Amino acid sequence: MATQKHRATKSAKAPRTGRRSPWAAAALIGIGLLVTGGAYAGAMAATAAAGPAETSVATSLTTEDGKKLFQANCATCHGMDLQGTENGPNLIGVGAMSVDFQVGTGRMPLQAQGPQAPSKPVQFTDAQITAMADWVQSVSPGPGMPEERYLDGQGDAGRGAELFRINCAMCHNVGGAGGALTEGKYAPALEGVLPQHIYAAMATGPQNMPVFNEMYLTPEDKRDIISALMWSYDNGTPGGYTLGGIGPVSEGLFIWIFGIGGLVAVSVWITAKSN
Amino acid sequence: MSTSTVEEKKKDAPLGGRFIGATSNYIDERTSLSGFIKELGRKVFPDHWSFMLGEVALWSFVVVLLSGTFLTFFFQASMVETYYTGQYPLMRGIPMSAALESTLRISFDVRGGLLVRQIHHWAALLFVAGVGIHMLRVFFTGAFRKPRELNWVIGFVLFILAMAEGFTGYSLPDDLLSGNGLRIIDGMIKGIPLIGTWTSFLLFGGEFPGTEIVGRLYTLHILLLPAILIALLGVHLMLMVINKHTQFAGPGRTNDNVVGYPMMPVYMSKMGGFFFIVFGAIVAISSFFSINAVWHYGPYDPSPVSAGTQPDWYIGFADGALRLVPPHLESVFWDRTWSWNILIPLAVIGIFILLVMFYPFIEAWITGDKREHHIAERPRNAATRTAIGAAGVTFYAVLWAGASSDLMATHFWLTMEGVIHALQFLLIVGPILAYFVTKRICLALQRKDREIALHGYESGRIVRLPGGEYIEVHQPVDEYERWKLIAHENYAPLVVRPNERGRISWHENLRASISRWFFEDRLTPVTNAMLDAGHHDEVADAQHIAEGKAAEIAAQDEKKH
Amino acid sequence: MAHDDGSLDDGRSFVPSTGLAVVVPDAPTAPALPPHRERVTDKDPAKMRSAVRTVYTWFYLSVAGSIWAIAAYMLFPIEDGRWSSISENNMFIGIGSAFALLAIGIGAIHWSKAVMSDVEYVEHRHPTRGKDATRELAIEAFSDANEDSGFGRRTMIRNSLFAALIAFPLPGIVLFRGLAPHGVDPVELLEHTMWKEGMRLVKDPTGTPIRAADVTIGSAVHVIPEALTELSHHDGYLDEKAKAIVLVMRLRPEDLIQAPDKVDWSYDGIVAYSKVCTHVGCPVALYEQHTHHLLCPCHQSQFDVKDHAKVIFGPAARPLPQLPITVDADGYLVARSDFQEPVGPSFWERH
Repeated sequence: MATQKHRATKSAKAPRTGRRSPWAAAALIGIGLLVTGGAYAGAMAATAAAGPAETSVATSLTTEDGKKLFQANCATCHGMDLQGTENGPNLIGVGAMSVDFQVGTGRMPLQAQGPQAPSKPVQFTDAQITAMADWVQSVSPGPGMPEERYLDGQGDAGRGAELFRINCAMCHNVGGAGGALTEGKYAPALEGVLPQHIYAAMATGPQNMPVFNEMYLTPEDKRDIISALMWSYDNGTPGGYTLGGIGPVSEGLFIWIFGIGGLVAVSVWITAKSN
Repeated sequence: MSTSTVEEKKKDAPLGGRFIGATSNYIDERTSLSGFIKELGRKVFPDHWSFMLGEVALWSFVVVLLSGTFLTFFFQASMVETYYTGQYPLMRGIPMSAALESTLRISFDVRGGLLVRQIHHWAALLFVAGVGIHMLRVFFTGAFRKPRELNWVIGFVLFILAMAEGFTGYSLPDDLLSGNGLRIIDGMIKGIPLIGTWTSFLLFGGEFPGTEIVGRLYTLHILLLPAILIALLGVHLMLMVINKHTQFAGPGRTNDNVVGYPMMPVYMSKMGGFFFIVFGAIVAISSFFSINAVWHYGPYDPSPVSAGTQPDWYIGFADGALRLVPPHLESVFWDRTWSWNILIPLAVIGIFILLVMFYPFIEAWITGDKREHHIAERPRNAATRTAIGAAGVTFYAVLWAGASSDLMATHFWLTMEGVIHALQFLLIVGPILAYFVTKRICLALQRKDREIALHGYESGRIVRLPGGEYIEVHQPVDEYERWKLIAHENYAPLVVRPNERGRISWHENLRASISRWFFEDRLTPVTNAMLDAGHHDEVADAQHIAEGKAAEIAAQDEKKH
Repeated sequence: MAHDDGSLDDGRSFVPSTGLAVVVPDAPTAPALPPHRERVTDKDPAKMRSAVRTVYTWFYLSVAGSIWAIAAYMLFPIEDGRWSSISENNMFIGIGSAFALLAIGIGAIHWSKAVMSDVEYVEHRHPTRGKDATRELAIEAFSDANEDSGFGRRTMIRNSLFAALIAFPLPGIVLFRGLAPHGVDPVELLEHTMWKEGMRLVKDPTGTPIRAADVTIGSAVHVIPEALTELSHHDGYLDEKAKAIVLVMRLRPEDLIQAPDKVDWSYDGIVAYSKVCTHVGCPVALYEQHTHHLLCPCHQSQFDVKDHAKVIFGPAARPLPQLPITVDADGYLVARSDFQEPVGPSFWERH
């Protein structure tokens, strides 16, 4: 009897020589993740910081600078004189507004061919974009930048919301949450897009977006639409989190996963035997 | 009546005090309430979490009723044109129906109005989901068998009524999203042969959209459908009380008893508590999560439409069915248009509904088992039924997924054509695959259960026997656990025999084939002899090991002394 | 007592068939109920007191929640015109009520689990089928009633009663014809829209007319007939709009494939198609200016604007009807005529 007990305690307190702690594996994985993750994050930060060109350069650039920037970054696909190549369309008549939109939302320079050009981190400073836009405008005139007052968001938001619903909601969703188009294309979500880019998109019809010219949607109309969007995004929606703003699909998923899931968990608790 | 009894009565105060006693007496003398209390007061209910899923539906329905009643004091079910003049700037001055205007007013100009509106809508979603998951539980445990076939049918009708309630309800605000939903329903009705055009005409009181539909949906939503729903719900619950609830097999539980806790006080407390938790959960969700923001959609107009136009989740399977139809399916015969692209999804959904609704009768015909069944089966023990259920769920789920094909495309960076083609493929292949995988899993689980019942759990302890062999010690299960593993029905396929005229009818042949499909793959029923044999092995092993250990210890002791 | 094979005594002689169920000889039987296991609250009075305290604490907390909800109603008004005040009102009343409800629930359940007696009871199930004697009496009741009334025997009375009972609700059903107006043929209505020869295409919803020159390549212009703007809502504005909405797009004339009899339906590459989807009627308005695809967001039907808006994907079966257009003397776009076929979803009498 005594020997049994002795053996039991001995095995319980045997020194762990050369045996790994059960936490060792977890700790190793954790350290590994931290190191690789930290290295990656650091590299990302470094490249992000290095991104757009030197900030010490003077803030205003000339059209000649714009030409150089264009020919260095864009001509491979769009041609030295905007004539286009087999890799990219010609830019005859696109105007400064198009350049400001495409480059200002990061869509250009295009990273890879695909169903459409996604917006991504902007590669140029505002001054560089303006320079390129000026140059393109000078070579082949097109829509120029709109007046500031059309971008102030002080228009008739109610009227703008109605115009948005008729002209824009079918692709971009009533709340601007975006939507699907054919063959992998999509209308992007509009939250966070600058008023000048919203205006430019309407006016220039990038890629497959239709063109909403000034005769159809006057600058005042466009101002109202932008005001409606700005109001919605600035004020949010009462009632709580919107679950993505895409309506019944996310609401249904939510109620099944959290509603039913939670209540099943509660049922298990209710019927479990008390200890 | 002797004086002594009266004095005794005066000494013993009534239960609950004199006031309660007097009140109970008053009521009983007018309503025979004591009989009711005697029958049902200590009624025993079995205990399992899956038996509470129907309550999720029931209590959500109560919440829907309460919140809906509040809303009826403010909502105007009229399509008369008016203008919104309340708080929300983006809708101010816009012409809209009184229905939408009153909805906006409830949301923005009545304190707590938005909360109640959200409670109502979230509770409705939870209600239908609760009915669905309750139905799944009843199906997979075979609780629809005799004597509960009728209750299954009633329950299924309740499911359809709940969906109808939801649809009529979310169409009431007359906003762009639900208005387009009505447009789709109208298009579907118009596609029905013979009666379609006129049915649409009568429903909308003229051309679409007309000025009548919201009022008519309101009548359906607050009067007709709830009345039928509540009546059927009453019958559903009454049948449950009469038939008593099913219970899972276990120690002390047979087909002729119910083992559990009494209604008063335990179940009253558990059910009542669950009601408050369901209610509280719904209110909590409504406090933090917005639902159906009608002010973004604006008034219904046939011209605008939103990307991501989907119905509420429970109508999703129908919308998905419409989306998965291939193009060009329409023909003109004898100067009449046949819209196959509408009729085929309607037929598919209709057949699916009928199969689900009448499944208990189909299974009863196959098994020919006319006994009452009060023991809920574990799904694994009815492998074919569970596999059929899995196939049905897969079919429904693929249709439901179809409704969000465009959102899947944008969220997962796919083409909508790819998503739709994949779902069309899965609609056919998915259920078949699900059937086979589920059936094999069920049979494997049955074998595992049998293994454990006969030989116990693998304990992980490896013991070396004196002869040199290694065995893993199996831990036997106690008799209660073992009973749960082996207590199930065993069925065998039908062997057809000629009738008195020496013939085998076609339906007997059919029944035999289907019963073979159902019951061919099965385990031999457990007998006491098998249990004893298994037990014997365990006992022998355990004894062997115990003896060996004792010998070792004795030897060590001897060495020491 | 009922037996496991389903046969019932207790006054019931019916033995139900077991069907395909295998009757196992030497079958194991259920063990008896296990001995009652005491809970920690049963064994330790201190734990029981603690459980009781928990229960009533939850109930009192619930009261606090309800008081908070009422206070929130007063503390977070929404009449000041601030958007965020509605959010706050919603959330705080909600939190208070939700907490109040959940607390009652948690308290009640803890009471039932830890404090109330958890001894299991066994209740006998009576077979559902009535006792033989009861059924006999029921049959006797019907039989006596049949004798007394002669219902079974007097077939004339019976049959005429059935006929009357079937017939009497019919007038009530006929009343429901009134759901839709009389003297109006729905097929007639579906076959015509507001568009007429010479009617201007105007912007939706403002009603401004549109010049052909205003529609540039890549445009997607939403139009309605000019006469629509004069209709009010109770004159059927939405009803007419639901058939008359049109989408105008401009392509390069060389890109347009046109049947010979429809060449003059377009004007210099400007085409006008009905915006009502031929599937089930949603507005089909997602125009992709380069691919010339027109997508409907409801069920993803796709139409090719280059080629008579024929169906190239999705559940639609028919191309979108084309509105024949031209320009008037001032250069404004006008319709040449109404649509040459019914717009919108198919219906039985179509064709």
